[in-house]
Amino acid sequence: MSVVENIEPDHAELLRFISAGSVDDGKSTLIGRLLHDSKSIFEDQLNAVTKTSNKRGMEKIDLSLFTDGLQAEREQGITIDVAYRYFNTPKRKFIIADTPGHEQYTRNMVTGASTANLAIVLIDARKGVLTQSRRHAYLASLVGIPHLVVAINKMDLVGYSQEIFKQICAEFSVFLQGLGFRSIEYIPMSALLGDMVVERGDNLDWYSGKPLLDYLESINIEHDINTLDFRFPVQWVCRPQTEEMRDFRGYTGRIESGTIHVGDTVTVLPSGLTSRIKEILLYNDSFETAFAPQSITLTIEDHLDISRGDMLINGGELPRITREFDAMLCWLSEQAFDPDRKYIIKHTTRIVKGLITRIDYRVDINTMHQESVNILTMNDIARIGMKVQQPLVIDAYAQNRGTGCFILIDEVSNNTVAAGMICIQES
Amino acid sequence: MFLNQNKMNQRSYFTHLDALESEAIHIMREVAAECANPVLLFSGGKDSVVLLRLAEKAFRPSHFPFPLMHIDTGHNFPEVIEFRDYRAKQLGERLIVRSMEDSIQRGRVILRSKNQSRNPFQAVTLLDAISEFGFDACIGGARRDEEKARAKERIFSFRDEFGQWDPKNQRPELWSLYNARTHPGENIRVFPISNWTELDIWQYIGREQLEIPSIYYAHERDVIVRNSSLLPVSYLVQPEAGESVQNMMVRFRTVGDMSCTCPVASQARDVEEIIVETALTRITERGATRMDDRTSEASMELRKREGYF
Repeated sequence: MSVVENIEPDHAELLRFISAGSVDDGKSTLIGRLLHDSKSIFEDQLNAVTKTSNKRGMEKIDLSLFTDGLQAEREQGITIDVAYRYFNTPKRKFIIADTPGHEQYTRNMVTGASTANLAIVLIDARKGVLTQSRRHAYLASLVGIPHLVVAINKMDLVGYSQEIFKQICAEFSVFLQGLGFRSIEYIPMSALLGDMVVERGDNLDWYSGKPLLDYLESINIEHDINTLDFRFPVQWVCRPQTEEMRDFRGYTGRIESGTIHVGDTVTVLPSGLTSRIKEILLYNDSFETAFAPQSITLTIEDHLDISRGDMLINGGELPRITREFDAMLCWLSEQAFDPDRKYIIKHTTRIVKGLITRIDYRVDINTMHQESVNILTMNDIARIGMKVQQPLVIDAYAQNRGTGCFILIDEVSNNTVAAGMICIQES
Repeated sequence: MFLNQNKMNQRSYFTHLDALESEAIHIMREVAAECANPVLLFSGGKDSVVLLRLAEKAFRPSHFPFPLMHIDTGHNFPEVIEFRDYRAKQLGERLIVRSMEDSIQRGRVILRSKNQSRNPFQAVTLLDAISEFGFDACIGGARRDEEKARAKERIFSFRDEFGQWDPKNQRPELWSLYNARTHPGENIRVFPISNWTELDIWQYIGREQLEIPSIYYAHERDVIVRNSSLLPVSYLVQPEAGESVQNMMVRFRTVGDMSCTCPVASQARDVEEIIVETALTRITERGATRMDDRTSEASMELRKREGYF
């Protein structure tokens, strides 16, 4: 092994996670602690934060300042939705979607959670399970995050009591049972003092699990992507049209799920035509096999009419081809839903006009109760019916994140106004 | 064809570089498919060198579905300009150069002194070029780990008809469903390597064996020590009273305006040695190398709001 691989291997896996919680739960302190103790803070950043901490009369550095915001935010006392932060350990590269807890939490959390493998929900050990803890866990499950870490923070303020930790776990686990997470881990910690974040510390000897960073480094995320059903939305058709490559047609795109081999039969949807894979290419390389989420170029044996927005599939569970479907929708825009308006829907690489035909109910995300409404405003989560102009090739979001999600765009303002997750009832 | 059967088939899992590469290729293809008239900003710097390899992966054996463009401040390192032209020619792609010198001649940019940093004024030349060619999307090599304003910027970053970025009014960006729609006069800045860190860039340059301008590697150079930074001596930077010129082994971590881009002391003569230094370094890339980002806590944010990359 070369010295480079010893220090920072280039073969580490990527894990994306979101941290949910408010300032009061110590979320900024936790992220600051992770960055600081994993040696991801640079000297100039540390100096700036130390200076500010001293200016504010604090004895120790205020770790939460590492995630301090923009001038626009400080001036106006607002927090801009999602900030992305990065750190590496020898085992993994991490991307944190850091979303503010108070304002517009639904919109922000859904946005940050949409690409995450894992969510950390923070609970203040003194306060136990609150409405917002349930809300954060519900939103994480709604967006299909497979793994949940319940970080029971501020253990130093309850005397590192195992009893209190157990009580909180017991109470929360009843609620979490029905939410469909693939894994749930409860970790007691003190982000302020550093116990059980990166280091174990000396105060939580009764806890036999891993500290947070160890856990993040070792959790198995291989099965987060659907590996069975091949889905390949065509992004762009590569036609060099040069002398020597007059007939070359490459279908470029990213495999949303599943695996493909040279020689496999593929069906083009929605047309239903079939052919066989001739080559799997990327620049100067050719492969026998490719898998999600690789971006590749495919050529096929036959000359078919295939363009952007078509989807190649290969046996397995079939997607649905339909102009009507149901979905859970999160309204993101300050401008309320207008039933008279047509919206543009972007689903995989297909863009068509769409219409919300019904609102079945809105979810009160504090109580999980369903309420009947006829309008949707920012941060609302609702079950709706959609009708679109051209057929879409869809899967249920629960089965396939990539082919089960869509966004709505306002045709006039061009703003992204809503995010949807397709529901398919098994018939 | 020019293909070699690859080792990727035996790869046991998908590494973080594979994930970042796939994401960036996907982003570039979305731009090609959805934007009418995109352009890729190529400066010759390491991040845009990576962008070009990603574009090759996204679009070959076709030509790129967009030209390359460089906004030349006139203060660039000659090695970088030479490399820029060499690389564009090697790729056989069209390179547009618009220079700040022209903006100054036409009175669009007014400098306070001849040798001052030109970084703040790049936006003027860029916005003029965008309207000259009618570009609706500019692909750039900015990364979120560079700076805190960048950390909050979208991958598809909408700019109004004045080229301005409004941090409070960004389009929500979920999954990888990017919204590239614009009205005439507006444009989108697209950052395919948003999620890459400096270390990822170097690891990728190493993995792909990419050529980069020579000044990224350690070399002997005359420098002045000023405010604990090393300033490269050139016609723009001369020692002031009491300062002395030293000859040191240095390399550049970024290659911007010669008047404010500082090299770091280094012995790293190849990519592997740079990766070691990058992994061990304790100062951020911009903190170490950009005098203009230190002027105030919010300098990047302000520049972006004025239309900067």
